[in-house]
Amino acid sequence: MQKIGVFVCWCGSNIAGTVDVEAVAEALKSVPGVVYSVSYQYMCSAAGQKLITDAINEYKLDGIVVASCSPRMHENTFRKTAEAAGLNPYMVEIANIREQCSWIHKDKEEGTKKAIVLAKAAVAKLKNDKPLKAGTSQVTKRALVIGGGIAGIQTALDVADAGYEVDIVEQRPTIGGRMAQLDKTFPTLDCSACILTPKMVEASQNEKINIISYAKVEKVSGFVGSFKATIRKKARFVDETKCTGCSLCMQKCPSKKGKDEFNMNMNNRPAIYIPFAQAIPNVAVIDPEQCIKLKTGKCGLCEKVCAAGAINYKMEDELIEREYGAIVVATGFKPIDPSPLNEYGYAENADVVTSLELERLMNAAGPTKGTLLRPSDGKHPHEIVFIQCVGSRCDENTERGKPYCSKICCMYTAKHAMLIRDKYPDTNVHVFYIDVRTPGKNFDEFYRRAVEQYGVDYIKGMVGKVAKEGDKLMVRGSDLINNQQVEIAADLVVLATAIEPDPSARSIGTMLTASMDTNDFFTEAHAKLRPVESPTAGIFLSGVAQGPKDVPETVAQASAAASKVIGLLAKDHLVTNPCVAESNELMCNGCSQCEKVCPYGAITYIEKEVRGPGVREVRRIAQVNPAVCQGCGACTVACPSGAMDLKGFSNKQIMAEVDQICL
Amino acid sequence: MSVTNPNWKPKIVAFCCNWCSYAGADLAGSGRMSYPADVKIIRVPCSCRVNPMFILRAFERGADGVIICGCHPGDCHYTSGNYYARRRLTMLFSMLDYLGIERGRTRVEWVSAAEGAKFSKTMNEFVETITNLGENRKLGDIRCKKS
Ligand SMILES: Cc1cc2nc3c(=O)[nH]c(=O)nc-3n(C[C@H](O)[C@H](O)[C@H](O)COP(=O)(O)OP(=O)(O)OC[C@H]3O[C@@H](n4cnc5c(N)ncnc54)[C@H](O)[C@@H]3O)c2cc1C
Ligand code: SF4
Ligand code: SF4
Ligand code: FES
Repeated sequence: MQKIGVFVCWCGSNIAGTVDVEAVAEALKSVPGVVYSVSYQYMCSAAGQKLITDAINEYKLDGIVVASCSPRMHENTFRKTAEAAGLNPYMVEIANIREQCSWIHKDKEEGTKKAIVLAKAAVAKLKNDKPLKAGTSQVTKRALVIGGGIAGIQTALDVADAGYEVDIVEQRPTIGGRMAQLDKTFPTLDCSACILTPKMVEASQNEKINIISYAKVEKVSGFVGSFKATIRKKARFVDETKCTGCSLCMQKCPSKKGKDEFNMNMNNRPAIYIPFAQAIPNVAVIDPEQCIKLKTGKCGLCEKVCAAGAINYKMEDELIEREYGAIVVATGFKPIDPSPLNEYGYAENADVVTSLELERLMNAAGPTKGTLLRPSDGKHPHEIVFIQCVGSRCDENTERGKPYCSKICCMYTAKHAMLIRDKYPDTNVHVFYIDVRTPGKNFDEFYRRAVEQYGVDYIKGMVGKVAKEGDKLMVRGSDLINNQQVEIAADLVVLATAIEPDPSARSIGTMLTASMDTNDFFTEAHAKLRPVESPTAGIFLSGVAQGPKDVPETVAQASAAASKVIGLLAKDHLVTNPCVAESNELMCNGCSQCEKVCPYGAITYIEKEVRGPGVREVRRIAQVNPAVCQGCGACTVACPSGAMDLKGFSNKQIMAEVDQICL
Repeated sequence: MSVTNPNWKPKIVAFCCNWCSYAGADLAGSGRMSYPADVKIIRVPCSCRVNPMFILRAFERGADGVIICGCHPGDCHYTSGNYYARRRLTMLFSMLDYLGIERGRTRVEWVSAAEGAKFSKTMNEFVETITNLGENRKLGDIRCKKS
């Protein structure tokens, strides 16, 4: 008979409040096999762990059950405690009596009863546990960063700084992300390009960093420490190694009607282009949808003018396969399209713009060379209305927008208002807002400056309608503080639109099996304690891909993610999960059912002499590679002969739990 | 079906995959989103680990309802496990239906790690369904019944 110890945690009053912990410990004493059962205030504390260690030694325990918080919280803690006391770390089972009991039940009697059942089920499982030994796997000392915005760049720089190789895969022809499109940045108002472009250059010059631009990650396999990625580098039709970025081709290209994505489609660009002057790599790219040569075979002007001989119309997509130890998701965001929100008239009126469009209208390299002019007629606007929370903080059931706060809009609108009042003191600026949220360092001071020093007119209320009347936009809204309706004849309306994850985020999440929330932001392993890691081992989160953030927060998180990556890459070996599948060679009939369902190709077949009672013959049997198996258990159910079982979650173990619960 | 035993409380086994639904259940806990204590959760690595045998065993031993929760289609931590689970369980459930275990007693639900509220709502609904169906008398091993 095994000797089992049961340790019931109070978790202060978290468990003890609705579960009679002493009664649970007492009830477990009568379970056959349990030789010691006790309750204690905080089992995870040093004193609690010592209590466990001492009991293991004193009672020569073969296994322990800790009835406490979720195993996702402290399973590892208690495994380490057991191991330190000389017990196999896998002879530990957790009964989740906090998240799945005390926190959700108010009736103490009911809670106590359930806790006893859960603890007994854990004991039943433990009786079928076998000591397991973890194996090891190699770590490829290279990181993959998906997305080359400020988040991806910062993570790459930090990882490279520690001496590891990093590949940045960026879908656009240049790195830089959204920050490259901004004019000035709050709260200091320094020019965005002036602080971003040096970082871009640093990344391109760092010999440990390899920028793969105009590319997409197509496939990822493997697991923490040894991922394998297939990257599709789209054909640029320009040889990156030859192009000098002289931009002569851009001037000569006759097909000039392409939409300039970098300027939010507000002006045109040629079919061959460099997105902006400081692009990295500073190399042209041909838009195949627009290039006359690629579409009709005629033209070929750029090839003729290119002194470097960089143009190659025959270029094809290139597939790159590489191995990585860690993957960082830094896929950022895009502003939502406000057209479906009819009341703002964005789709009909050229003079209703989004904030990101305004950034380009104010930028010296933008479509208006930095002079603020209305898109419709090129005139100076004298009345400007900003509308906050467009598509943010919406009622989830109305589907008019996002339920969350986009976080950055209050601050960038204060920035826009201030910059406009500073440059054009004859222009009136009004801001309709629900709340002004400025919790960052020096943020509220910044906002107050907009109101007090720059005389920006903040109106608490929502806008009901923006309608064109003559060459004015009539903005009708409510002023909740003065309790009245207001109407402003505006020349320009700026929508602080919600931001949402990049449209590719969902497919990246699926590819990496990294979980996401209902809004397609990546979820962190723990909301408070592990904010830069995905629950999937080896996947890290950087920047807005995880949730709305401004630049300082993005950079802080990017560096935090880098430190986690460095911590991983610094290891030569990783301890692998020993809870893997194993087939019983006497029962296996070599039918190949298991191999068909294994998502990792972990199962192969060997011819082997099988010896057992009454058998001695060479048979084809299944063999699981424990380094590749991830322990999902798909094969165990597919196996018609019951030969395949999963260690740590064996048929016997689960059945024992079922039996106990149904008793 | 009428409830003969006035003290009867449904026995419900919930298999939850470690990566999404078990985490969703934890989130329901930290958010204090309650559901009846009749639900007891068994943690499995993935919904595809749930062997039809486990479900049969639960009914044999006196369960009144069995629910299997996994990640949303496309989000399984092991890529495809929930697709296998869905196919296998659909077959099993119709067989159980044939054997007299009403469809309402078995259920598959996709609950992500972020859906604590959905987990709690699902469990409340499921307990209600089972309570309405009453005690399960089919498939039970009469030898292990007390009275
Ligand atoms: C109008 C506006 C004004 C702002 N003003 C300020 C300000 O003044 N101060 C401030 O601090 N912050 C400001 N911000 C916020 C700032 O833009 C963000 O904090 C910052 O850009 C976040 O960086 P990121 O790298 O996380 O995301 P991004 O900048 O979006 O970068 C993500 C990158 O990943 C790439 N990518 C996406 N998906 C893939 C994929 N599947 N494969 C490969 N590559 C991919 C994208 O092409 C992009 O280059 C403003 C934002 C807006 C909208
Ligand atoms: S448990 Fe089975 S199916 Fe799953 S990874 Fe391991 S061998 Fe493959
Ligand atoms: S499914 Fe079972 S019997 Fe068939 S090969 Fe795999 S382990 Fe052997
Ligand atoms: S891991 Fe959740 S269903 Fe496969």
